[in-house]
Amino acid sequence: MDDLVQRFLDGERRALARIISRVENETPEGRGYLRELFPHSGKAHIIGVTGGAGAGKSTLTGALAAEYRRRGKTIGIVAVDPSSPFTQGAILGDRIRMQELALDEGVYVRSMASRGALGGLAPTIADVVAIMDAFGFDYVIVETVGAGQDEVEIAGTALTTLLVNNPGTGDDIQALKAGIIEIADILIVNKADHPGADVLVSQLQSLLALAPAGSRRPPILKTTAIRGEGLDKVADAIADHRNWLESSGELARHRARNARHSVLGTTRAILLQRIQANTPESELNALVERVANRELDPHTAAEELANYVRG
Amino acid sequence: MTAPAKPKIRVLIAKPGLDGHDRGAKVVARALRDGGCEVIYTGIRQTPEMIAEAALQEDVDVVGLSILSGAHLELFPRIVDELKRRKVDDVILFCGGIIPEEDTKALEKLGFQAIFRPGTNTQDIVKFVYENVKK
Repeated sequence: MDDLVQRFLDGERRALARIISRVENETPEGRGYLRELFPHSGKAHIIGVTGGAGAGKSTLTGALAAEYRRRGKTIGIVAVDPSSPFTQGAILGDRIRMQELALDEGVYVRSMASRGALGGLAPTIADVVAIMDAFGFDYVIVETVGAGQDEVEIAGTALTTLLVNNPGTGDDIQALKAGIIEIADILIVNKADHPGADVLVSQLQSLLALAPAGSRRPPILKTTAIRGEGLDKVADAIADHRNWLESSGELARHRARNARHSVLGTTRAILLQRIQANTPESELNALVERVANRELDPHTAAEELANYVRG
Repeated sequence: MTAPAKPKIRVLIAKPGLDGHDRGAKVVARALRDGGCEVIYTGIRQTPEMIAEAALQEDVDVVGLSILSGAHLELFPRIVDELKRRKVDDVILFCGGIIPEEDTKALEKLGFQAIFRPGTNTQDIVKFVYENVKK
């Protein structure tokens, strides 16, 4: 191992940036760095920010980081944007909303492409978050791609998940549905200066009143992130949530759940990579063609493909 | 062992100075995206420090600067200095926009490996990136 690890441990941001790339590219070198640095992680509080496209996630993330800077804390941000399903290229544009922090030495912003992962994150997100955590930031904020109703992966990575909602984007039946709303530890009504914000707050409130007795009710907070309004209350609510995690014993359960999520997710990825590497292209094409011609069902084809895991 | 997928090329497209228009930068960003690159776009009105810091944090392979205002000989040397100050000394640099022919030599000396002027085929930019990044 070169001196990159030492430079990382000395707090050199260039070393952090380099190591993240290697981890993200899943090179053997990157796995070595992760092995070496993982024991240094586990100290940061990991915050997830999710919500629909255009909800204001990046702006809110930037404004929240600015609030933490006022409180003397350091922040690492990982912002995920989608990769093209056709070319695998991506436009990563979340930095545009975080200009205020561009030269702040207490903030590090890294854009990541989703690289085919489902669920709103990237295949190596947990590893990259662990690297940022190991670097010593007080908070690591993970911003998902614009999420729909079912992108709940973030809850397997973050300790506190914020769901960013906007006024005028649906009635209370939307909020009653299963899925993303269930993973929110804190509900944010962003763009609260737009009409309908109070209606949305009361809809969310009445919905939460339907939750089983004794379960934790996520607070609902109004923000106008673009003007930095309401972020002090968000930071306070995150601190309250952290305290609750600790006092209720949920923190240990969260960590165990997230570790399980990460191990199983990585196992899945390794198995798929092995199968793909071991399967001759001609064999895959033949299977696919038989399915396309309705000669074979997809499940049987997948069973055959799965045999290639041993090479 | 399984072979990892080929690492993606990461490109920073930045607009230094006071230009208000970024159509050209967006066209280039889009072409590189369609060419399979991961493109970080910073938006307009970036200072040399902001561009260099973004290049460092994002660990990009390539920095492409778009400028229309005529301030390239003022701003580009400062960007190169800021990159050096951060030891970001191995990125491929290219630029584009309204850049007179007579400034070509000065920009080459600064380390710019290509200058793309109006009328460039965007595929030439994609080709340039793939030919120059060693990955």
